[in-house]
Amino acid sequence: MNNKFKRLIPQFLTLLLVVLIFGFFTLNAQVNMDNRGIDFGFGFLKQEASFDIQFSLVEYDGLDPYWWAYVAALLNTLLVAVLGIIFCTIIGVIVGVARLSSNYLIRNTAAWYVEFFRNIPLLLQIFFWYYAALRALPLPQDAEPLLGVSYLTIKGFYIPAMIWENLNIFLYSIVLAIIGIIIVRTYARKLQENEGKQLPVFYISLGLIVILPLLSFLVGGVSLDFEIPVIKQLSITSFTYEGGVGLPPELIALTLALSLYTATFIAECVRAGIQGVGKGQKEAAASIGLNPNQILKLVVMPQALRIIIPPTTNQYLNLTKNSSLAAAIAYPDLVLVFAGTALMQTGKAIEIVSITMLTYLSLSLAIAALMNWYNKKIEIKEK
Amino acid sequence: MISKNFTTNLYLGSFLILISLIDVTLNSFFKLNFTNFLPGSISFFLPLILGTIGLYLIRSDYTGLKQLDILNKNVNTSNFNAVLTLLIIFLIIKAIPPSMSWMILDANISGDSREACTGTGACWTYIKVWFKRFMYGMYPNELHWRINAAFILVIVLGMAGLLATEKLKKYLALYYVIIYPIIAFLIIYYLISGGAFGLEWVETGAWGGLSLTFIVSFFCLIFCFPLGMIFALGRRSSLPTVRYISIGYIEFWRGVPLITVLFMSSVMFPMFLPEDFFMDKLVRVIIAITLFEAAYCAEVIRGGLQALPRGQYDAAKSLGMGYWKMHIFVILPQALKLVIPGIANTFLALVKDTPLIFVVGLAEIAGMLALAKTNPEWLGFAMEGYIFASIIFWIICYAMSKYSYNLEAKYKTER
Repeated sequence: MNNKFKRLIPQFLTLLLVVLIFGFFTLNAQVNMDNRGIDFGFGFLKQEASFDIQFSLVEYDGLDPYWWAYVAALLNTLLVAVLGIIFCTIIGVIVGVARLSSNYLIRNTAAWYVEFFRNIPLLLQIFFWYYAALRALPLPQDAEPLLGVSYLTIKGFYIPAMIWENLNIFLYSIVLAIIGIIIVRTYARKLQENEGKQLPVFYISLGLIVILPLLSFLVGGVSLDFEIPVIKQLSITSFTYEGGVGLPPELIALTLALSLYTATFIAECVRAGIQGVGKGQKEAAASIGLNPNQILKLVVMPQALRIIIPPTTNQYLNLTKNSSLAAAIAYPDLVLVFAGTALMQTGKAIEIVSITMLTYLSLSLAIAALMNWYNKKIEIKEK
Repeated sequence: MISKNFTTNLYLGSFLILISLIDVTLNSFFKLNFTNFLPGSISFFLPLILGTIGLYLIRSDYTGLKQLDILNKNVNTSNFNAVLTLLIIFLIIKAIPPSMSWMILDANISGDSREACTGTGACWTYIKVWFKRFMYGMYPNELHWRINAAFILVIVLGMAGLLATEKLKKYLALYYVIIYPIIAFLIIYYLISGGAFGLEWVETGAWGGLSLTFIVSFFCLIFCFPLGMIFALGRRSSLPTVRYISIGYIEFWRGVPLITVLFMSSVMFPMFLPEDFFMDKLVRVIIAITLFEAAYCAEVIRGGLQALPRGQYDAAKSLGMGYWKMHIFVILPQALKLVIPGIANTFLALVKDTPLIFVVGLAEIAGMLALAKTNPEWLGFAMEGYIFASIIFWIICYAMSKYSYNLEAKYKTER
C-alpha cells in the first residue's frame, strides 16, 4: 500500500503541474482573444488568400483560398528539402570517402572543408550566398550562355524546359523496367542459392532501364523537346528570359547553403561508417576468395550502411527543418508564406503557428518512424 | 637500388612537373601563357597532362631517396591520385592571386568614410567604421564599458570555481547549477540593462551585435542543461505519467524547427500570458531557445544514462540509496562524464543557432549586418560583412569544438 502510494504521488503531481500550466495558458488565451474580438477557428482556411507567391510549383494566384496557399508553400519547402538532400548526399559521400584517402592533399582538403563549413552558422552561409555571392552574377542582358542553353544571372538560373508528349507512356516504361529488374534479381538470387550459378544482374538491369524507355520513344510515340530560354526586353533597361524554367536566386542560395552545410555532417557519418567496419572483416572476406568488388559489395557496404544510415537520416531531418531559414531570404516556403504573410493578414496567431509546427512535427515523426522500422529490419539478428 | 633507366625517368619526370607548375604559376600570377601557340583546349590542359606524365615517370614502390619516397607514398600512389593531386595544387595556385588582391593588395582600410574605399578590392574601412555596432549593437557608445565589465565579471566568477579548495569542492556543483546563474543574471541585468545604482537605463531593443549573441547563448546554455537533465531522468523514469510527458516534451521540441519556435515566442506566446503582464522580447526568446535546446540536451544525457552498466544502479540500490541519492552521487557524475562530447556539440549548435533571433527583430550580428548593408551610405559591402561575421563565428565554434576534445580526453575514465 505504502509503496503504491509512493509511486502515485509524483505522477499525480507532475500531471497536476502540466494541467495547471496548460489551463493557465488556455484561460489567458481565451481572455485575450475575447478582449481583442478574435475568435478561434480554422474557417479562415477557406477564405480568399489575396496575396501572391513569387515562386510555386502548382498553379496559384491571389484568388485561391488559404489552404491552397498552404499547399503551394509546403511544396516549396519540400522542393528545397529534396534538392538539398540529393546534393548533400553526393557531396557528403565524396568528402567522407576523400577523408580516408591515402593522398595527403585530398585527405586534408576534405578535412578543411568539413571544419570550415561546419563551424559557420547556417544563416550566415545562406546570407553569404544570397546577398554576397549571387549578387556578383551578371545582369540578364550581359549573361554568357552556359553550354549554350542556360543562363546564370542575378535574377535567377534559366535552364531549358522539357516538353513531353505522352509523358505517361514514358513513366509506365520506367515503372515496367523497375519491376523487371526486381523480378530478374529475385530470380538470380534463387538461381544462385539453388544451383550456384551467377547471372550478370548489373548488366541485365542496366539494359532493362535503358532499352525500355528507349523503346517508348521509338514505338510508344513519346517525344521530348527542349524549350530554350530566350532573352526578352521588358523596358529600356530591364531584361528577362522567356521560356524554359527560371530558378529564383533564393532557391539556388538556399540549396547551396543547405547542401554544403549538411554535407559536412554526412561526410562525418560516412567516414565513421567506413572506419567502423573492422579490418578483420575485409581480411576474412579476402581469405574465402572474394574479389575486391565482392568484398565491397557483400561484406563492407552492408555493415557500413548499418552504421551510416541512422545518423544520416537524422541529418536529412535537420536539413528539412533548417530549410525553414528560407524565410530570412524571402524564399516563399511554409514559414514565410504561412507563418509570415498569412498570419499578418488574418491575425490568427495560435491557429497558424500550430498548423506550421504540426506540419514540421508530423514530417519529423514520419521520418523517425520510418527510420525505426528500417533499423529494426537491418539490425543484426542474433540467433 | 636505382637503375639507370629510373634515373633518366626521374630527371625527365621532375622536369615535366616543373614545367607544368611554372606554366600554371605564370598563367595565374602574370597572366602569361607561353603555350598559346597550341590550340585552345590543349593549351588549357597541357599542365595537367605534363604533370600527370611526370608523376607517372617518378612513381616507384621504393627508391631509397627519402623525400621521393614520402612524396610517392602520400600524393602519388596511382594515376588517379596523381591527377587529383595536381588539380588541388593548380587550384590553390590559381586561387591565390585573385583572393590576395581582393583581400589585401587592392583593399582599403584607412579612412573612416565611404570615400576611402577606392580600390577594386575589399573595403575593410566598412568593418572598421561599423565594428562597434557589430560588437555592441545600438548600445550607446559611451556606455560600452558596462558590457565589457559585465562580461569580465561573469567570466571571472565562472573561473572562480576552478580555484576552489578541496574543502569547498563538494559545493562546486551547487555553485554552478544554482548560485552562478543567479549571480550572472543579476550582473548582466543591473550592469547592462541599468536602471539602478545610478546607471542609465538601456532598453533591450538597443542591445545587439556579438555581445547579444554571447548573452543569449550564455543564458540558454546554463538554463537548458539542468532542464535537459530533468527530462532525461523523466524519460527513463519507471512512472508512466512522468515518462510519457517527458517523451512528449522531447519529441515535440525536436520535431519543430527553431525558427517556428521563435515565431511562436514572438506572436503566439503573448496571447498565453495574462493581459497586463508584459514580458520583454529578449526574455521570451531566451525562454524559447532554452526550452528548445533542453530537449536536445535531454536526449544526449539519456544516451549517457543508457550507456551505464546496470551494475551501477544495482550497487547504488544495494547500499540503500534512494532515487535522488543514487542519481546525484552515483549515476549522474558517471553519465555526464560520458556525454561531454555530445553536450559540447549541443552547445555548439546553440551558439550557431543564435543568429536566428534576427527573424524576430533582435539585431545580433546577422541583424546588424542586415542593417549596415541597407544603410544608403554603405551599400554594396555585403561580402565584407559576411566574411567578417563568418570568421568570428568560425573562431568561436572551432575553439569550442577543440576544447570539447580536450575535455573528453581529460575526463576519460578507463573501464
